[in-house]
Amino acid sequence: MADGKSILIDVSRCTGCRGCQVACKQWNNLEATSTVQSGTYQNPPDMDGDTYKIVRFEEGRDEKGKPYWHFFTDMCRHCVDAPCFYSAEEGTALHDEETGAVVFLDNLTIDNLDSVHGACPYSIPRGNERTGKVVKCTMCLDRQKEGKIPACVQSCPTGCMVYGERDEILALAEKRVEELKKEFPKVHALNPEEVRVIYILTDDDEKYGNITY
Amino acid sequence: MTNHWIDIQHSDCVLIQGSNAAENHPISFKWVMRAKDKGAEVIHVDPRFTRTSARSTYHVPLRSGTDIAFLGGMIKYIIDNNLYFKDYVLNYTNAACLVSKDFKFKDGLFSGYDKDKRAYDKSSWAYQTNADGSIKKDPSLKDPNCVFQLLKKHYSRYSLKTVSSITGTSQEDLLKVYKSFSATGKPNKAGTIMYALGQCHHTVGVQNIRTMAIVQLLLGNIGVCGGGINALRGEPNVQGSTDHALLYHYLPGYLPAPKASQVTLKDYMDAVSYKTHEPKSVNWKSNQGKYAVSLMRSFYPEGVGEDLGFGYEYLPKIDDGQDASVMKMIDAMYDNKIKILTCIGQNPCCSLPNTNKVRAAMQNLDFMVHINIFDNESASFWKAPGIDTSKQKTECFLLPASASVEKEGSQANSGRWMQWKYAAAKAPGDAIPAGEIVWRIMEKLKELYKKEGGALPDAIKYINTDFVDNKKHFDAERVAKYINGYFTKDITIDGVKYKKGECVPGFALLQDDGSTSCGNWICSGSFTKDGENLMKRRSKADPTGLGLYSEWSYAWPMNRRVIYNRASVDPNGKPYNPKLKLIEWKDGKWVGDIVDGGAAPLNDEKGSLPFIMSPTGLGSLFGPGLADGPFPEHYEPLESPFAKNIMSGQRINPAITLYNGEKDLVANASKDFPIVMTTYSCTEHWCTGGFTRWQPWLLETQPGSYVEMSEELAKEKGIKNGERVRIRSARGSVEAVAMVTVRLRPFECGGKKVHQVGMTYNYGWRFPENGKDDSANLLTPTVGDANSQTPEYKAFMVNIEKI
Repeated sequence: MADGKSILIDVSRCTGCRGCQVACKQWNNLEATSTVQSGTYQNPPDMDGDTYKIVRFEEGRDEKGKPYWHFFTDMCRHCVDAPCFYSAEEGTALHDEETGAVVFLDNLTIDNLDSVHGACPYSIPRGNERTGKVVKCTMCLDRQKEGKIPACVQSCPTGCMVYGERDEILALAEKRVEELKKEFPKVHALNPEEVRVIYILTDDDEKYGNITY
Repeated sequence: MTNHWIDIQHSDCVLIQGSNAAENHPISFKWVMRAKDKGAEVIHVDPRFTRTSARSTYHVPLRSGTDIAFLGGMIKYIIDNNLYFKDYVLNYTNAACLVSKDFKFKDGLFSGYDKDKRAYDKSSWAYQTNADGSIKKDPSLKDPNCVFQLLKKHYSRYSLKTVSSITGTSQEDLLKVYKSFSATGKPNKAGTIMYALGQCHHTVGVQNIRTMAIVQLLLGNIGVCGGGINALRGEPNVQGSTDHALLYHYLPGYLPAPKASQVTLKDYMDAVSYKTHEPKSVNWKSNQGKYAVSLMRSFYPEGVGEDLGFGYEYLPKIDDGQDASVMKMIDAMYDNKIKILTCIGQNPCCSLPNTNKVRAAMQNLDFMVHINIFDNESASFWKAPGIDTSKQKTECFLLPASASVEKEGSQANSGRWMQWKYAAAKAPGDAIPAGEIVWRIMEKLKELYKKEGGALPDAIKYINTDFVDNKKHFDAERVAKYINGYFTKDITIDGVKYKKGECVPGFALLQDDGSTSCGNWICSGSFTKDGENLMKRRSKADPTGLGLYSEWSYAWPMNRRVIYNRASVDPNGKPYNPKLKLIEWKDGKWVGDIVDGGAAPLNDEKGSLPFIMSPTGLGSLFGPGLADGPFPEHYEPLESPFAKNIMSGQRINPAITLYNGEKDLVANASKDFPIVMTTYSCTEHWCTGGFTRWQPWLLETQPGSYVEMSEELAKEKGIKNGERVRIRSARGSVEAVAMVTVRLRPFECGGKKVHQVGMTYNYGWRFPENGKDDSANLLTPTVGDANSQTPEYKAFMVNIEKI
């Protein structure tokens, strides 16, 4: 496989505006989830059959007692070596040669959810009860094939999300980590060699909520 | 904005105060982050730690309604530590001007106060003058009556200890901000202040912004790249609507609204054509008479009202001293004095303060025309919860308008860029542009006045309504050309011939003899003589490398991207900061941005001062024009936790209008309402939510009303995160979900613990139809700023209980 594409998510630039979350619904024509205010900005509370991407809001106090508020725009990492792809029956998922995007096909039915979800280190795949399919972010493969950038990246006002050739994104990730070290000693990229959606975090991983890997 | 969005990237220190820029102006943070990349400190001063704070270098909390104290302390710090930009202060501000010896300040009151009128006689705030009328000055800045000494004296009272006690901000935090921001008072440094409604929505709103202006003038930060006072305006086209006189006290282009005593055009022109005795002052407002005549020419075609001041005498006038703001309008409606309401793109039953009063007032109307994209709480006031619809007598019309993306036209951004946009989609059903709705109503009115006559029929019969294409559809570009202005006859100006029907290529050519028309002088120049619409320009050329993009759209005035840019150069025209050359006097001419006024640098024989809109030509450290004083002074909000103001015997702004109606209840320093409340908007909703609540993808992200409170307050009240609570003020109550957060903390101020909470005003009963989430403005008081009457939405008192 060629190097393909990647997305950088530099949380030091994220304002939690959720433009990406809404753009994802809009491009993919996903129904709104019925939600209630439960004492947090995070809504829908988690990904679901109509929600491929959510911004997680996590707050607390730092060592000096000052508040922090972290925003983590959670989405499929499009693993370089994608366990979900291997766990899905042949012909029900696609690992695109050109871009590296991992896409579930229409015939990946909801009865396969447990095995696909179980394989994912990031708890991304969801079942859509209405359509009976297993769904997740497609890295906007349809847009990419038309020469467009993913809808979430397009919507980002601050440049927190950047899309491009994988080698360029990896280099950019390295550069940003260096630049941010002065202000954020804990800054690091999240396993960049393993995934195509690469996060730069400025604090300990556990302070961003449930983003296990 | 004095500057523009892209310019924020040049700042060495970004102070965001009274604004939640990241949430309410998301694109601003593209440029704030660029500045931060280059090493700028980003400081957020706000009662609440918000998404803006999360991306700032640091956040500093202050109690709602104490910005003047906070910034007054900074003025003292700058002066005490000699951190002001001396050349700039001396050359470009009124620091050296001598003020009348009768000017006094004592116990919170400036000289000339009339207690009964709650107003000032400002005659003692005048400058001392020479025989020729020019202002007496002391360039040594030592005269006790010079502005600089008066300023120093006034703010000497704002010590760290006092300020901390008022604001609740720790002395350590105050010093941190003062140090960071004052470091920009050097020629090669720039600091910007970004503010929004968090500064305006106070009984001292205008003075809040004045305090910022004083700080920026002392530091030499006005007119320079990366500096400025930047009011953040947004999607509601606030910039465009104020430019075009949405407010009662203006005609288009910020010309003062005519008063009843200004009977003839001459009376009006004499009043608005400002005079100066300062030899180096451009005094641009001396031209306002020309703009007024040209405006009349755009209202009434040639041959109409020529003997009535080109139609000036047709115009409605406000009474001298009349406050015709929305709160007075609601008062009159409540008292059965206004019987008809046309409401375009607004939702007063959610957006105006003391909404219970507004909703009661609406029921007194005979009829109401509501023009909007969606139904809202105002269009449907007659079926609100608790109202007996069968007893409602108001006849209501809801006219469907097309949305902003469904129509062509210009939209002005915060940087004063008038950008042309095209219709992206066809409006659904019968919806048409609001402009076309208004045009159709005007056509019908003209027809009826022609047929039936009536009071002053000519004013309506002859008014210009040439705003449609040959299919009778609203033609935005035709209107834009009227706004830009035409030559109404062939004339020659400075040797150049202009033909009747050509567009006026700039307001400097507007005349007071009826030979030009112009619907809004500040926009004149947005079309070329030949009718090219410059608002449509999309060139990315950037010859200065500063991101001015001068060939992208059109910025008023005269495509100037940073106003007062003359203040970025020394009196010889040399840039103070050679790395950011906004303008430069080179080989006998200016290069760079379009310079303010055309004249040579100040030291040249024909040179001029930079602040061309002020008759003095100088930046106003001392501002004698405002209703509530020439220096900003801290007063408590109408409702606060304190019975006394630490600063003086004047608890509240002595020049504000007090409302005393049966619904205008106030509870100050009351044990029944001990918690400070502020209101705001979130990213996901727009204003009262009139558009966004109907949008399922947005509603799912912020589905219902919430009140943000500290863990400490929640513990005292036995409230857990996510529980429903009731919030009460002296005027009303509303339900919300409690959001218990570390992002708010109680303040230590005035010797006690003060709790602060906040909620959005994005909700209303109409939709979602759960009947539970209603407007936060049911709580807010009927009171406004002394100058602008902007309501005090941002600081008042409540109590909270678990439901």
